[in-house]
Amino acid sequence: MTTVSVEKTRVVRSGQRFMSGDDACAEGALSAGCRFFAGYPITPATEIAERMARRLPEIGGVYIQMEDEIASMAAVIGASYAGAKSMTATSGPGFSLMMENIGLAVMTETPCVIVNVMRGGPSTGQPTMPGQQDVMQARWGSHGDYEIIAVAPSSVQEMFDLTVEAFNLSETYRVPVFVLADEIVGHMWERVNIPEVESIKTVNRKKPTVPHNNRFEPFKPDEDFVPPMAVFGEGYHFHATGLTHDERGYPRTESAEAQTKLVQRLCNKIRKNKEKIIRVENTMLTDAEVAVVAYGIAARAALSAARKARERGIKAGLLRLVTLWPFPEEQVAEVARRVKAIVVPEMNCGQIVREVERAAKETPVIFLSKLGEEPHKPSEILDTIEGVQK
Amino acid sequence: MTEESPHPYERFLRKDRIPHIWCEGCGNGIILNCFARALDELSIDLDKVVVVSGIGCIGRVSGYTNTDSFHTTHGRPIAFATGVKLANPELKVVVISGDGDLFAIGGNHFIHAARRNLDIQVICANNFIYGMTGGQMGPTTPINTWTPTTPYGNIEQSFNLVHLAAACGAVYVARWTTLHTRWLTESIKKALQKEGFSFIEVVSECPELFGRYNKMETGIKMMKWFKEASQVQHFSDPAKAELTPNRIVVGEFVDIEKPSYVRLRREMTERVLEKK
Repeated sequence: MTTVSVEKTRVVRSGQRFMSGDDACAEGALSAGCRFFAGYPITPATEIAERMARRLPEIGGVYIQMEDEIASMAAVIGASYAGAKSMTATSGPGFSLMMENIGLAVMTETPCVIVNVMRGGPSTGQPTMPGQQDVMQARWGSHGDYEIIAVAPSSVQEMFDLTVEAFNLSETYRVPVFVLADEIVGHMWERVNIPEVESIKTVNRKKPTVPHNNRFEPFKPDEDFVPPMAVFGEGYHFHATGLTHDERGYPRTESAEAQTKLVQRLCNKIRKNKEKIIRVENTMLTDAEVAVVAYGIAARAALSAARKARERGIKAGLLRLVTLWPFPEEQVAEVARRVKAIVVPEMNCGQIVREVERAAKETPVIFLSKLGEEPHKPSEILDTIEGVQK
Repeated sequence: MTEESPHPYERFLRKDRIPHIWCEGCGNGIILNCFARALDELSIDLDKVVVVSGIGCIGRVSGYTNTDSFHTTHGRPIAFATGVKLANPELKVVVISGDGDLFAIGGNHFIHAARRNLDIQVICANNFIYGMTGGQMGPTTPINTWTPTTPYGNIEQSFNLVHLAAACGAVYVARWTTLHTRWLTESIKKALQKEGFSFIEVVSECPELFGRYNKMETGIKMMKWFKEASQVQHFSDPAKAELTPNRIVVGEFVDIEKPSYVRLRREMTERVLEKK
């Protein structure tokens, strides 16, 4: 990456700000070190592109509007391999088009961030309405076996914080990381505290320390299953491919051993590091008899409902999933062992609830579906909590 | 027994990847050779060259060049190259791919990179078919020729790639066959020095598939076709650059100057940085 030196204050706009979730996401990306954005306009994520188009040139970065989301995702991978922290932002229809090259990013272990401000689907669906319908697509959308990381912001502040976190995770594990927001979180305005430059933790990919010679192995992992990353132009003359490859980066299309070794490592670098990756937020769960498990916008109504239940003498609590993938299975199982029932509100027809059911084992799980314009009302979740206690 | 002497362009190849996967009589090796020769004659720093390819027989070329290289998903090398070039404009980013990859599944990326006048070089090996999957028809298959998916003869019109490239705004456009190695090398050299989007179509032989289905089952027979049908017509109208069993119009069609995308972006960024 060719870098232009600019004052850090121009990059990080520290202080108390009032802005939308989409804007906070863009500022979070810049604070994390993002210097390349390729995208295609789509409601309700367009404001991220607009802010990046204005802000990136101010700090010597690159914004480009590509011809479609397939191209956007390909360009993001190219820029990452040229040394830039890179991202794109989209919504359901664009996310579908990106799946092809998200698979390429997984296979070539490309650090990058994909923001999906979820709207209502399937297909063109409801462009201006919220949804949480792409959660399973985020996990399984591209073909083949792999593990992925996804985080779900619930507030404008988290659109900033979790975008920074997404970049750090992608650089640490060399994997595409999803920020799964929704139309409400993306479009609502709230106060955001943007920290001072020094207190924003950023992570850069590991660099190879071996000499530039023709024996360089660009996909040879360290003990954490993650290979250090060379980038173009450094003199390594390395090769990367979407084909199954060995540690040298060379195609091994007919070797069961190479396929097993590579694909298992791609899964293991997430699975074996999940304790370091997964984040959940426990509220009033210590003595809870009913737990709500929620994420994104639905978690806000869930928190309100749990508090109201407490006011009425019901021991309710909230397990908020900050990380959706890898799924916080042990955290859910631990809560499930202690409560009578789990309530899962989601703005879809039932996606994360399947994972919750799997982790909860014998504990009953009650699903609250919501589609269309409005998120769950706290009263709807409260009624369900009260129903459990009867 | 004669002593083995090193290949003159050995340093451009990953020796541990040779032998390549291409069939006997295939034109891809000729294209790779001309590319290596062009890099050599221009004394280009190989540390700063990135070869990007898509899927297909020629798509494997990135695995053989001793530079940084990336083998993308089908149709996406130009979109990938866009990210590379913009993140580090000091790199020389060359896309070498096939007609199906660049003009069927990847057609949208080609027309938009050419429109932007993005500073990359695109070399297309046009063998008229999808070689890797067994020779099926594609957007460049000439009408009335035979392939496994046109068992009654091809009824689709084919793309005129040089006309398309010129219309989309490429600043350098040429077409050669694999018979025209010296012309081709000179064209690649020109393209590598050009600011903006340059495009070279290389009509290439696939005797195993296109040849076998169309009564030219050896590389020599296909080369004879190229020899007999080719006509050099420099700077003739690319719209009339015929590519049929009877006539192959080759030459340089476009060589113009126009501000490139990287230049305009740099100037814009400088303006923004000064203002702040």
